[in-house]
Amino acid sequence: MINYILRRILYALPILIGVNIITFVLFFVVNTPDDMARMHLGMKRVSQEAIVKWKDDHGYNKPILINSEASGIKKITNTIFFENSIKLFVFDFGRSDSGRDIGYDISQRMWPSLAITVPSLLVGLLAYITFGLILAFFRGTYVDVSGVVLCVIMMSISGLFYIIGGQYLIGKFLHLVPISGYDSGLNAFKFIILPVLVGLIGGVGASTRWYRTIFLEEMNKDYVRTARAKGLSESRVLYRHVLSNGLIPILTGVVVILPSLFIGSLIVESFFAVPGLGSYTIDAINRQDFSIVRSMVFLGSVLYIIGLILTDISYTFVDPRVGLN
Amino acid sequence: MPVIFITDFLIFLLLFVVVGFYFYARKQEHLSSPWKDVKKRPLAMSSAIILFLFVTIGLFDSIHFHPNIETNKSNENIYSNEIFSVLDVLLSDLRTKNEKTYSAPLASYSFSKELIEQENGIQIRDYPRLTYGGASLNNPKTESTRDIIKRISRGFLYGLLISVVIIAVIIFVLSKLWQINYRKTLQNCFENKTEIHWYSVFATISVIFVTICIIYNLSQNYHVFGTDKVGQDVLYQALKSVRTGLVIGTLTTLVMLPFAVVMGLMAGYFRGWIDDVIQYLYTTLNSIPGVLLIAASILLLQVYISNHADDFNSIEQRADLRLLFLCIILGITSWTGLCRLLRAETLKLREIDYVQAAKAFGVGNFEVMFRHLLPNVMHIVMISIVLDFSGLVLAEAVLSYINIGVDPSMYSWGNMINSARLEMAREPVVWWSLAAAFIFMFVLVLAANLFSDAVRDAFDPRLREF
Repeated sequence: MINYILRRILYALPILIGVNIITFVLFFVVNTPDDMARMHLGMKRVSQEAIVKWKDDHGYNKPILINSEASGIKKITNTIFFENSIKLFVFDFGRSDSGRDIGYDISQRMWPSLAITVPSLLVGLLAYITFGLILAFFRGTYVDVSGVVLCVIMMSISGLFYIIGGQYLIGKFLHLVPISGYDSGLNAFKFIILPVLVGLIGGVGASTRWYRTIFLEEMNKDYVRTARAKGLSESRVLYRHVLSNGLIPILTGVVVILPSLFIGSLIVESFFAVPGLGSYTIDAINRQDFSIVRSMVFLGSVLYIIGLILTDISYTFVDPRVGLN
Repeated sequence: MPVIFITDFLIFLLLFVVVGFYFYARKQEHLSSPWKDVKKRPLAMSSAIILFLFVTIGLFDSIHFHPNIETNKSNENIYSNEIFSVLDVLLSDLRTKNEKTYSAPLASYSFSKELIEQENGIQIRDYPRLTYGGASLNNPKTESTRDIIKRISRGFLYGLLISVVIIAVIIFVLSKLWQINYRKTLQNCFENKTEIHWYSVFATISVIFVTICIIYNLSQNYHVFGTDKVGQDVLYQALKSVRTGLVIGTLTTLVMLPFAVVMGLMAGYFRGWIDDVIQYLYTTLNSIPGVLLIAASILLLQVYISNHADDFNSIEQRADLRLLFLCIILGITSWTGLCRLLRAETLKLREIDYVQAAKAFGVGNFEVMFRHLLPNVMHIVMISIVLDFSGLVLAEAVLSYINIGVDPSMYSWGNMINSARLEMAREPVVWWSLAAAFIFMFVLVLAANLFSDAVRDAFDPRLREF
């Protein structure tokens, strides 16, 4: 098992290197540090000194790939590529363009993100599986048809509508919970409810429909027919056989996004003013802070790749036919 | 003087490809027979007509030109600097009737109070009359409701009349085609004995024309969806946004299609190291979170534009470049799914006898791929184009909200929502911009979703929902 995991991790390494090269090319070759400096300083005719000073301040005053002036190992290490890209591999994110330590910010901001994404995922799974199972149980009846129609309609409404509508409803009429913001510790609870609820409603259409299809596919299999032929009641067939087998594709599908929960949701966080990694990224985009965006791109890919590895491992757990080779 | 934006060119190229594909698919039994199934479905036909309406609006908005201001003595035409589209000309009523600031839908008075000087010289603070909204009325406070009802019912009647005429024309043509009398034709249509589900077509046409006529009748004297902060008609903005939504939904697929198809076929057909390289490529691209890649790329495009500001003749051109770039980036983040599907299918197909036979006869690799494999994976391509569309339209709104979507100067539903969302805190609420954007988006996406469901069911019975 450990052997297998190690091999998978080794396999992921070239992908990470690829991601690193893509971000490097995007951020330093397509647009040189000079361009960035000009953009930040904002003026059309910026003096060369100002650009050099900006680059000095932010550590972009090195050659891009090979430092021909330095000697020995410094030839490679004293470059932008090494300082800003290779160091990402050991999660040394460096400093943002406004001078803050990105690694520290990330470690602080991932908790609010998790506080939103984890409940969203759990509540969502519970609700969607229940709805999917109900529709599958009533398949072919008016309950099912109207449920599917409702799903298609809800899928077709923009997610922004749910967010804006939810905030408006709470803010204007109900006043049950604050419409945005965040607090530390247990006080965070009342701030979490609305984002989780909105996320739940926003995803209900697509997920319920998908889960319903999974359950229906499962229901048409031979072992379910056997179970019915044994004389089991429909509800027992549903809970014992269909549900437990249908959960396999659902849960293995969830595994891939587990690591990405740290990053949070860009849209939800910025709408509800949650100080998580999502709003961190949005702020960085709006302030055009390239270092943060670059770090987040890298972090996002690392987490996604971990998710892929976890998915493969979880397959070997739930389905013995998938070998470790 | 015509102006051709890059996206305009691509839209018409796409139209050309679609029409060409239609004639190609008509001859191919395996591609044409599923479409017959689609034509028989009532929901699919209704949504197809609604999509057709949106596409028509989008196409009218894709023919741009500099309007002619005047012709001077030496017969040289002088052109305006502004760029208009055919749709602008058609909607010039809506475009030019601007108020000062916000006004509610169908309102005759402005949204905010102003100092008004009365005839006797006394100044009072009150809601001023709008310049165009309810302009024909003497005393809107008492007459407005009756006028609105009158216009709605008149529009309803006209709409009904027009749709009856259109349906009659269709029946007439059909009866000539089938060479039977009108009554029999009508009977066939309503008893659903025809190849196309005409019943739903007629119903949709009626609904569309009634809606259009009501809105047209109202817009003669009112702002149907109100006006925005600078007094521009919201209905006009929503209609102009149709093109942006369609461009994002379709051009993205057009941009990514060649890569996805060629790479997917190559990976599945050649296997070996080519497969490894292509798989590596799409896993790598896939592992970068889509939103972040888009954000990074748009950020870089902004740097490029601000550093090369002189290269662009107009704001429209800059916005157009950004739109195209957004399509490309969205394409890069979304081609991997199709590529993976095509690879898997090709892996299966390459072992089938007819491919083996072609190879045994010495047919070249590329000919096998494009003559024998490509036609047999075409249905997958078609399904994924249709399925992606609605997701992309919705994505545009979200991206515009976080400022990494289309250019802020461009009309788009995302931009409308983005600028209107700050006004939700006002009392009373300015809700109409949001409502208009959401309604338009909802109708388009719902139609696309229903249509794509039908297409998927018809082409891939395995995926059919039970």
